[in-house]
Amino acid sequence: MAKNELDEFDVDITRCMHCGACVGSCPVNAIFLNEVVLEFNDDCNMCKRCIKVCPVGAIKLSGGR
Amino acid sequence: MPEYDVVVVGAGPAGSMTAKWAAKGGAKVLMIEKRQEIGSPVRCGEGISRSWLDSVGIKLNSKSVAWKVKGAKIVAPNGSKFTLSEKMAGNEVGLVLDRVFFDKLLAKDAVKAGADLMLKTSATGLLKSGGKVAGVKVKSFGETKDIKCGCVVGADGFESQVGRWAGIDTRLAPRDITSCFQYRLTNIGIDYDYCEFILGSKAPGGYVWIFPKEKDTANVGLGIQFTKLKNPAEVKKYLDKFIQGDSRLRKGKALEMVSGAVSICAPIDKTIGNGVLLVGDSARQIDPITGGGIAHSCKAAKVAGMVLGRAAKERDYSEKSLQRYEKGWRDILENSLYRNWMAKEKLVTLSDDTLNKVIATLNEVGVEKMSAYAILKAIEKKHPDLVKDFQQFL
Repeated sequence: MAKNELDEFDVDITRCMHCGACVGSCPVNAIFLNEVVLEFNDDCNMCKRCIKVCPVGAIKLSGGR
Repeated sequence: MPEYDVVVVGAGPAGSMTAKWAAKGGAKVLMIEKRQEIGSPVRCGEGISRSWLDSVGIKLNSKSVAWKVKGAKIVAPNGSKFTLSEKMAGNEVGLVLDRVFFDKLLAKDAVKAGADLMLKTSATGLLKSGGKVAGVKVKSFGETKDIKCGCVVGADGFESQVGRWAGIDTRLAPRDITSCFQYRLTNIGIDYDYCEFILGSKAPGGYVWIFPKEKDTANVGLGIQFTKLKNPAEVKKYLDKFIQGDSRLRKGKALEMVSGAVSICAPIDKTIGNGVLLVGDSARQIDPITGGGIAHSCKAAKVAGMVLGRAAKERDYSEKSLQRYEKGWRDILENSLYRNWMAKEKLVTLSDDTLNKVIATLNEVGVEKMSAYAILKAIEKKHPDLVKDFQQFL
């Protein structure tokens, strides 16, 4: 996980397929994908859509919450 | 003085076709692609029809076609099948592409027409001046650059950053998102002459597809409507479960994994701004029933490219000038996108039991043409109760 303005999410890079499903589904454009690294910014409103849309379950709330 | 008339962000089919037609029209075009290889990794089921290719000027080479099929089978939840010949299936099937080569073929066409091309170059933002988009900020092989241009084309796919940066509303409602997972599965025993579409609760709000790539290998994937998902990682689990439950596939091994999401929305209100336009997935030009986007993207992209060629001659990339694109693509796609979105909204509500009856009825009465209208009409004759929710289409 690279620089992240937000500590709320953990991305499991061993699962992430870099497909952008979370990026395009995010209602506030808080996720950016530069082909290999997912970055969240503080526009995130914690709707958790990214967690649900991810086909492989690569995004989790930090600390297993 | 801007370096380019047009900068196209994304070198998928929509981007390359826009770049090609804009360059042919005399525009000075740059296409940028964030990946290190065009067409790879694949993020697609790769099944298309052949009918539209000529109209947008695509001449396939042998490498871009992985497999040819004779038609499609629509499979009910109980396993009964309705077979469509290719002629009947029209819009849905015919060829299974190799996108690794297909995307390169289209990019080569763009380059031949005169477009510049830069790989490993991501757009990171837009340059704006006086309320207009005036160029794009990029990171290119480690270097940050500003590239000024008359018009930025967002052909950046489902992730659609360009549209959002330009203030074009491309947001999706949860019911208009499908989450997908696919394996390229080898060592399987399918009927390789047909593409299969499996309906019902094996892929809630979507379908399972089996698109042959070779005799013993196929793209096997599924899409599930976002609103029908309950737990993380469910999409892959649905596919694994489907494969284990199908004796033809159970011994298969994956050569490749593909994940992604697809928009299945009604046409969005606006795809242009001052000095910017969107095309393809980023403009949500996807068939809401099949989730297919290549044909629509290429048709819209041809319009976009031709409009941009003219805009370059007139040196006018204002929203008013780009309105010709907005109108042009809607003339050819909007009605069918809207109609299929409404039909999708109904289809996702059908139970397995109803879908079984629908397929049984199709086998009883037959249909001459694979259109939503012809199918509904055929069913209405025998079982009006099955199609009562679809009265608005009849």
